[in-house]
Amino acid sequence: MLGEGILKGMAETAKNFAGSFVSVDRLTTVEYPEQRIPTFENARVFPFLVYDGPDWAAGLRCVACQICEKECPPKCIYIEKSQGKKPDFVGKPQFYPTRFDIDISVCMSCQICVEVCPFEAIKMDTEFELATDNRFGGLLLDRQQLAKSNEYYHQIHPTEATEVDARLDAEKEAAAAKAKAAAQAAAAKAGEAAKAASAKPAPPTGGED
Amino acid sequence: MSPVFYVLAVFTVAGGLAAVLLKNTVHCALALTVAFAGLALLFLNLDAQFVGFAQILIYIGAVAILVVFAILLTRGTETPPTGVFSHSWFVGLVIAAGVFSVLGWAVLQSARNLPQEPAVPSVTVHDIGVALLGRYVLPLEIVALLLTSATIGAVIVAMHEKGRAQ
Amino acid sequence: MLATPASTLSVPFIVDQVFVLFKDWLVSFLPTSWRPAAGIVLGVIGIVCVYPGLFALTTVFERKGLGRMQNRYGPNRVGPYGFFQPVADGIKSLTKEDIIPFDADAVVHFLAPLTLVVTVFMGFAVLPMGRNMVLVNLDAGLLFFFSMSAATELSVFMAGWSSRNKYSLLGAMRAVAQMISYEVPLLLTTVAVVMIAGSLSLPKIVEAQSGYTGWFPHWYIFTPWGLASFLIFAIAATAETNRSPFDLPEGESEIVAGYHTEYSGFKFALFFLGEYVAMFSISGIGVTLFLGGWSAPLPFLNVVPSWLWFFSKVMLSIFVFIWMRGTLPRLRQDQLMNFAWKFVLPFTLLNLGVTALWRFMGEGWARWVVSSIILAGVYVLMGRVGMFKKHFGPRSYRYAE
Repeated sequence: MLGEGILKGMAETAKNFAGSFVSVDRLTTVEYPEQRIPTFENARVFPFLVYDGPDWAAGLRCVACQICEKECPPKCIYIEKSQGKKPDFVGKPQFYPTRFDIDISVCMSCQICVEVCPFEAIKMDTEFELATDNRFGGLLLDRQQLAKSNEYYHQIHPTEATEVDARLDAEKEAAAAKAKAAAQAAAAKAGEAAKAASAKPAPPTGGED
Repeated sequence: MSPVFYVLAVFTVAGGLAAVLLKNTVHCALALTVAFAGLALLFLNLDAQFVGFAQILIYIGAVAILVVFAILLTRGTETPPTGVFSHSWFVGLVIAAGVFSVLGWAVLQSARNLPQEPAVPSVTVHDIGVALLGRYVLPLEIVALLLTSATIGAVIVAMHEKGRAQ
Repeated sequence: MLATPASTLSVPFIVDQVFVLFKDWLVSFLPTSWRPAAGIVLGVIGIVCVYPGLFALTTVFERKGLGRMQNRYGPNRVGPYGFFQPVADGIKSLTKEDIIPFDADAVVHFLAPLTLVVTVFMGFAVLPMGRNMVLVNLDAGLLFFFSMSAATELSVFMAGWSSRNKYSLLGAMRAVAQMISYEVPLLLTTVAVVMIAGSLSLPKIVEAQSGYTGWFPHWYIFTPWGLASFLIFAIAATAETNRSPFDLPEGESEIVAGYHTEYSGFKFALFFLGEYVAMFSISGIGVTLFLGGWSAPLPFLNVVPSWLWFFSKVMLSIFVFIWMRGTLPRLRQDQLMNFAWKFVLPFTLLNLGVTALWRFMGEGWARWVVSSIILAGVYVLMGRVGMFKKHFGPRSYRYAE
């Protein structure tokens, strides 16, 4: 009969209306500031810079290679390279950023900077409560604001961070093994040289790979 | 002639003049509704409730909307570059003035011939209803028939258009 | 105004007439020649305060109710249980920038919300909101009410046209087409009531329904023709106030917000107010015409003040509006027009004939049986014929697959 469907629909919504007062299970709302859904491991919001050790300025993995700056589609990254170098985690002297700014009002969370970074220095954060009353300065994050420890990285993306750590450790081991081999070779050479003639200064360890 | 009458008269005439003189057609239509509203208020001022409300219901609620729709469906509301006024506006003015003078003369003449009525006769809606469906039922039915046939004609015209398009 | 002897001033009477007595008391301080005008001014102040207050309450109730129908909480942050939400909304719309589009027709754009609100409020002038609680007892009150509601159409058109926005114009055209189409059945259902009550004056129509047979009230909804009229009236009233499922003029998904797309700040708030106040006024007229106005549903409930009955009935009808909005999806334009002209209008005309039959068959059970059979039979038949050869099932798309 005509209008039957309307009555059925009205009954359904009436059931919901009354039911939502009776059973709390019906209500799917999570009341946000007080209750939260745990963030997913693969969630991503804006990038941050990873540092090792206690001091963020000394431990930044970033070597200011500027690949991310060039690859960034909306051009929200600004990097200034240092004049001098300082040793990185394997002890190799590298440049470091004297300035590293990300304008998160421009960033589109595409993760391309993370994909292209050869040094595992930039990763995606899960922090989303970034509202501020200053839309220019407040949304332009500098080096210090972006720097977050490796422990924090482990906390928000455990699986990924473990993988990264394993890769870095392997790299470190390889570098150490290489250094060792080079040192042995140098020592052997030095021995030979010492045998042959007077002592020569050893070549610097490492170098361009 | 109370001051209210003069206020309403100025209001109505201003609306009517604006309807003729404004450049934008939609503005003209809106000004026309102002004139309609003024007329309705004049009727109410004369204690003719039924006619006054019917004026609002039919003229503002239906005729003005119809006018506006007709404007929107036929052509743009922008003023054409040549202007909206006819070149022969003077002839039109003369004709309008002639008609107005004849009407005014007739009204004044008839007013002189009518006996002066001391009080306004109170006509209730009930009386109008009884008169329409009693004494004047035949004219009412004829008008109803005419309107129905006009509606059917409009539907047929619309249907014909549709058939040709397919 | 009140010629009641002091001996009958019982407590229910005083509570029932509290507003009238208060008005008379206030007016009694003025010279006699000023009293009628002052009384009207006080009544207007009352109406202008009560209905926006109800509007504020209704917005929060609507949002909470819709939330519950969708198994959500609805607003619950501002104040206890979120009941101060309208205050926050009001402050927001008052402090927002009032934007007039560059190309808009500024004068008409400004006038549109004003004319809407004014014409919508005018309708309350003739609505009896309780015993002796009518602002102006017009002989042609019903006609006045509908002439005012017809005038709102023009302001909707003004808003849509002056914005110089295609969505606004589309919304306005839809709104006007819809309002004109549904105004016909709306007026014809009230004609049925006028035929039985024999008056266009709203207090008289309420009076005609205020009796009881035993415990059974003489409301027009409890007659076959009255029930049919009421249902048609409810459908047409929903369409007149642009409420879901007839909210095509402001279809958010297709034309943004229809005729008020280009309005912001306080002017938008005025449109919002106008829309809700129109809901109250059309509910009020529906209550007056079919649900006995301010009269109580059962004789012994007459101790409850009459104005409370009126406002309870209005709020009940508002709840049904909200309930429908939470249930029914929006119609398509062609469905809307087909429904209006091919189903509602013929049925209304039939109902008018049945009402005449009812009027002239005289008292007795025969007229109940005859008119019920005619109305129910035609309803079922029209449903069968209308649904014949209609295919229901998964929707098929010609191009979008």
